[in-house]
Amino acid sequence: MTEETTASPIVTVDDVGQTFAEAPILQDVNIEIFPGEIVALLGKSGSGKSTLLRCIAGLLIPTRGEVRIEGKRLDGPNPDTAMVFQTFALLPWLDVQQNVELGLEAQGEHEKERAEKAMRAIEMIGLDGFENAFPKELSGGMRQRVGFARALVTEPKVLLMDEPFSALDVLTAESLRNELVQIIDAGKFDISSVVIVTHNIEEALILADRVAVLGSRPGVIKEMFAVDLPRPRDRDSRRFKELTNRIYDLLASKPAAAEPAPRTERFSAPGARDGSPPSGSGAPVKKGPKMLPDAGVDAISGMADILAREGRRTIRHLADDLGLDVDDLFPQLDALELLGMAEAADGRIELTGPGLRFAHADIRSAKEMFAAASLRHADLVGIIVRALARSDSQKLPAGFFRDLLARHHSDRTVRNQMRIAISWGRYGELFTYHSEPDEFVLDHGYEQAAAAQVQPQ
Amino acid sequence: MIGLKYGRTVASDVSTETRGRLVSPAGARRRFSLPLGADILTAAVVFLILYLIVRIGTSSDVPLPPPNNEIDLNPWLLPGYSLASLLRMFIGLALSYVFALVFGYWAARNAKAGSILVPTLDILQSVPVLGFLSITVTGFLALFPGSQLGLECAAIFAIFTAQAWNLAFSMYHSSLTLPKEFDEMSRLFRLTAWMRFWRIEVPNAAIGLVWNGMMSMGGAWFFLTASETISVAGNDYALPGIGSYAGQALKQGDVGDILWAIAAMIILIVAVNYLFWRPLVAWAERFRNEQSAPEATPTSSVLNVLHTARWPRRVGAMRRAGADRLGRGMRFLGSDARPIRSGTSTGRRVWDFVFWLIVATILVWGIWSLLDYVMDGQGPGVFLEPFGLAVFTMLRVFAVLVLSTVIWVPIGVKIGMNPKLSRIAQPLVQIFASFPANLLFPLVTSFLVWSGISLNIGGIFLMMLGAQWYILFNVIAAAQGIPSDLREAMADMRVGSWLWWKRFALPAVYPGYVTGGITASGGAWNASIVAEVVSFGSTTLTAAGIGAYISLATAAGNQREVLLGVIVMSIFVIAMNRLIWKRFYRLAEERYSID
Repeated sequence: MTEETTASPIVTVDDVGQTFAEAPILQDVNIEIFPGEIVALLGKSGSGKSTLLRCIAGLLIPTRGEVRIEGKRLDGPNPDTAMVFQTFALLPWLDVQQNVELGLEAQGEHEKERAEKAMRAIEMIGLDGFENAFPKELSGGMRQRVGFARALVTEPKVLLMDEPFSALDVLTAESLRNELVQIIDAGKFDISSVVIVTHNIEEALILADRVAVLGSRPGVIKEMFAVDLPRPRDRDSRRFKELTNRIYDLLASKPAAAEPAPRTERFSAPGARDGSPPSGSGAPVKKGPKMLPDAGVDAISGMADILAREGRRTIRHLADDLGLDVDDLFPQLDALELLGMAEAADGRIELTGPGLRFAHADIRSAKEMFAAASLRHADLVGIIVRALARSDSQKLPAGFFRDLLARHHSDRTVRNQMRIAISWGRYGELFTYHSEPDEFVLDHGYEQAAAAQVQPQ
Repeated sequence: MIGLKYGRTVASDVSTETRGRLVSPAGARRRFSLPLGADILTAAVVFLILYLIVRIGTSSDVPLPPPNNEIDLNPWLLPGYSLASLLRMFIGLALSYVFALVFGYWAARNAKAGSILVPTLDILQSVPVLGFLSITVTGFLALFPGSQLGLECAAIFAIFTAQAWNLAFSMYHSSLTLPKEFDEMSRLFRLTAWMRFWRIEVPNAAIGLVWNGMMSMGGAWFFLTASETISVAGNDYALPGIGSYAGQALKQGDVGDILWAIAAMIILIVAVNYLFWRPLVAWAERFRNEQSAPEATPTSSVLNVLHTARWPRRVGAMRRAGADRLGRGMRFLGSDARPIRSGTSTGRRVWDFVFWLIVATILVWGIWSLLDYVMDGQGPGVFLEPFGLAVFTMLRVFAVLVLSTVIWVPIGVKIGMNPKLSRIAQPLVQIFASFPANLLFPLVTSFLVWSGISLNIGGIFLMMLGAQWYILFNVIAAAQGIPSDLREAMADMRVGSWLWWKRFALPAVYPGYVTGGITASGGAWNASIVAEVVSFGSTTLTAAGIGAYISLATAAGNQREVLLGVIVMSIFVIAMNRLIWKRFYRLAEERYSID
């Protein structure tokens, strides 16, 4: 699948943007998929890579731009694609053969023909003997094989895969990846191109001819490059490692455009006294508060401990040593960076002075430092504390802050952000949250934290 | 089998209903997040439907069929009577399932249909089933003059109303919470609409539908037996069946025959459970959407026998060939190949406006006409009497709840925490809960007549006969579900006596208790229609209450008062659900659910 591609593209993603409830998920995305190539869409969670895949599948109609299949604008599920799902999406009440036949049955094929085709696919994918088994009787790897067979049997022009290996254990994923490459290379099925969504850098480099690296919130294509490595790919080759590091950097680096002017000026503390959200006038509230990374306080201080012990490390080594995906580390690293406790550059990360002090502090003073840092750097926490401090009763309904966020974000994001802010604020004893009346109450840690830093206002 | 949870949590908060996470024996998983305005609006819609039925029923000048209440009390005829009742039950159940599949799915798939259907179903759940019976029976009788068929229809309709709304909610809920990847898969593989319904939607809803069917059938026995014998406009009617047999025995004051009826009823309930529901529940396990096998699956020996038999396989092969042909024939229904979202155009908004304008016009005109009818030129004062009576009934319902709680919560906790005891007690309680309490009324009534206790007080015990078991049943299930490490932790910390109840046992069973309480409350309101007027032999006892008001009006053939009574009772039930149970339910979900 590495041959030169001079033909016209099968799939053209043209200036696509996707917005959910006014929250931008994808922005200005342009990709062309050519016959005979495997393209990986690589990004952290929240980069909109799965959304992009669903636009190509025709499940979602982009709110801006368009997707074309061989020049034709797509306005519904794309008959030339078939998808392999992360969660397999097998119907538990149908056996393997019935699951594989589903797509053919939908096309109205007769029982005999579809049974023949299904059996052939089942055989080629190494599932023979299992055709009468139900999904719950199969291991994860076997289930995903059914997922492959179900997609391949319809012979789509473009095979779409949404993190197909991420629900599997490492060894199973590895063997299934190899088999997939063999099946595609052998040309047993008449498919032309593959688009695979992944957050796993090595997976992308092993499988893909080209990799598109997506940035987060909103999802944009940061960079698109060809993987100029011979197959089968050697993880230990110098070039492979170079590419891996380059992508780590790309994923870890913040988009330059998102770096704002001084934080305290980007949004005003809400007009707490009358309980109404701030009006559009005054300080610009264009993007709303900066998102908090989804990291619990224990995980953050655990990460600080590790960094304090290890010194300056590349993120990749850190992930390897911990036996984790780099995706799993990003929230904690992002949180430390946000709180001014760590600095990342060139794919490496290192604790700052405050970070080191935080890592070595006892629980009492660690809490105080965390409080001061999040009051200063974590936008949402700061907003809540300042609004509470200004209100007469030092109490405010949580719905008030929820509304503030909801103007720019989806419901799910709002719920997550509130949950994170609540846990950070509680840990720092900046405020407490009472679920019963659904309100925030200022806590005693606030004054200390405010005194510990130069008051921003 | 009891602790099984068939409800799923709803991820979306745009749905108009709360997540059904609690298990209820009558399947009455109520949904509560409707705003007051929607309540009033849909209550108006439901009342209008009832009004329409009354008007159609009374406008026909066809005379009522002659009274027919010939029931032979020969015990040897009981098996035949039982089968007749059973047949009615299954016809009602089948109709309920058809209704549920069609309307539940429609409400989930079509936003506009859902915005009307869901609140309407919710209100319909609150209208007492016997109220439906009182309102519709005249119409049905008039429909088939001179024949039993009208009465048959009324009885089957009563069973239908006892099950259909629940089942429709179950279908709606399952369809709404269909795993996202199944929806995407269906669209991507461009399944036909027919395939999506039968291959994805119905299997996905199957477990909920079966459990809800089993649970609401328990409640439906009560309505079946009550509807088999009924007096309308001064005439007594009886359908051959187990309920009318008991009714006849009651009229003759024959305790021995009543005991025969009770025995037949118990056999019927146990047999239906063993031969029909248990195999169905075990079979439905194949539709469980967990990809790995759960630790304990329901089993059925009957199903095992069926599995080893050869004929089901032959039937299966024939069915498959037929289904294939049918599936291709149904392609005209269209396919699921649509994107997930499509924008709303302005044209649609205009159409929305017109739509709601028409709805509002019909509503206003209908309510005006309805009020005109029930007030009958006497002004709004007509509401005073039923409202006052409903307060009496409400006090009785409260008494039922308080007594059942005080008696059964501690016992339920003890049973539930003792595995040996609960293995014996649970099937028994399930039979008690399914057993139509009205068959026991004569025994209590004869005691009341003998002791001279007023039905105003005695009615509480009659209503409690059926309602209390829901509380016990759910408390046992909740107590069984308490994780054993929690119990060990309590023992380890030597949390004892009152503190053990206050901090541990009572909060832990609270969600189950609330579910049971909601069902018991609904059951008690329903029971009031038959419990506030009872007769034994030649003595008739009457209590002051809205239930007596409705049944006396039915007996007198006064459709205006029947409608008035049912509306007032429904308003009380809805208000009680919204003002009391809603809060309890929220608290249970947010604070006391052990997950």
